[in-house]
Amino acid sequence: MAERERRQTPPFGGVFVSHARIMTTDDMGRAVRRMAHEVIERNHGLDDLVVVGLQTGGVPIAERLAETLADIEGLHPLVGTLDVALHRDDIGLRPVVPEAVTDLTADLDGRVVVLVDDVLFTGRTIRAALDALCDFGRPRSIQLAVMIDRGHRELPIRPDYVGKNLPTRRDEVVDVHSAGVDLGVMQK
Amino acid sequence: MTDAFAEIGRRPIPRVPALRGRTVATLFFENSTRTRMSFETAARRLSADTVAFSASTSSLSKGESIRDTVEVVASYGADVLVVRHAMAGTAHRVAEWTDLSVVNAGDGCHEHPTQALLDCYTVRERRGSLDGMRIAIVGDVSHSRVARSDVLAFTTLGAEVVLVAPATLLPPAIEGWPVTVAHELDPLLGDLDAIYLLRLQRERITEGLIPSLREYAADFCLTAGRVARMRSDALVLHPGPTNRGVEISAEAAADHRSVILDQVVNGVSVRMAVLFLLLGSGRQLGAVEAGDAVEVDR
Repeated sequence: MAERERRQTPPFGGVFVSHARIMTTDDMGRAVRRMAHEVIERNHGLDDLVVVGLQTGGVPIAERLAETLADIEGLHPLVGTLDVALHRDDIGLRPVVPEAVTDLTADLDGRVVVLVDDVLFTGRTIRAALDALCDFGRPRSIQLAVMIDRGHRELPIRPDYVGKNLPTRRDEVVDVHSAGVDLGVMQK
Repeated sequence: MTDAFAEIGRRPIPRVPALRGRTVATLFFENSTRTRMSFETAARRLSADTVAFSASTSSLSKGESIRDTVEVVASYGADVLVVRHAMAGTAHRVAEWTDLSVVNAGDGCHEHPTQALLDCYTVRERRGSLDGMRIAIVGDVSHSRVARSDVLAFTTLGAEVVLVAPATLLPPAIEGWPVTVAHELDPLLGDLDAIYLLRLQRERITEGLIPSLREYAADFCLTAGRVARMRSDALVLHPGPTNRGVEISAEAAADHRSVILDQVVNGVSVRMAVLFLLLGSGRQLGAVEAGDAVEVDR
């Protein structure tokens, strides 16, 4: 979970207390490797592929995915980042502030975009990202890769590539960081 | 934070839905082209609606008071009022009359906070930080709201400011300002990090504050010769509109060190950040006066 959401998402504001380590760094590496193979298999290679990480949690995962794709195919896909704060549907309902700059220089017309985020929850971030991407061109298709799918969708959105399906309670918090993935709660 | 808004301006479709359904009212009791267009462009890039009011074509000429005008515009459903007026303190007064957010877009000879923000952003964009910089503000300081806001903003961010002007164009009570004063430009040129040229308001000659435009230009105009004596990494700024040949020559304005057009571009981004902070970020801010405005950009 991105740092800003940790701080700002009601009712989670507080201190994250981990209950269980769900994935280690090695587990995440293996999951990225499998997802990379799935991406290549599904798209018959890396032609026209753009990997776009969602700020801020999806960016490191997108970079690892792109490196792994390059390892396997010997061809480095284009990589971009996207901050969806200004496209969110909860502006005015909770503090929303863009904290990272979108860097999407590739022309998306006719390309295959693989959106990457750390945790898929309600689907509202992805909805905002789809909306934002439309301003950058008309991709041939948009696919979604997430490290953790924790359920509780509020919109008709499903991922194409999943690191791990993790059943959760709504009040739990999933924390994806460099040392692995933790499941816990926020304590005031 | 302004970086994120600057990026939107470079997109193929430079618009985000952040302030959809919100209304920005521009109340310009004094004429302006660039500040108003800049605010309106900023509002549109955030998908806000704009309602424009200008003094010359309104009921103000029928004797309607500012307070009535504000109430009428507020009841049209405006969410933020962008106010410019020739009287100092107007935006502050308006903020007392209404619960809406009020942005001061220039009040008389007092302040012009968003100009100061965009100036700071422009300098920071080129040089990384204002800390320790030596910046000269040259020209009609006395009548300049830009100078007042810039002195506050530049010194708050750690720059050293020197005001350069003939004594008649300096304000009477300058002792309390955190600045040094000089009456000659030439000796300073070599060690300036930036030079900020103020527009010389031509009506000042008729008041007898300067002998003639030519004489002013001879001492204070940034000519090609003067700009050549400045450091290679120095910056040249001007709030516009420029009087070519009075405070700046055409060659100096076109010099690679001139960031005058960057200032215009950055003005939109900074004003997007201000409007978004007021309307969309969920933070509670009152009137954006210069002091707060500097905080806003951090």
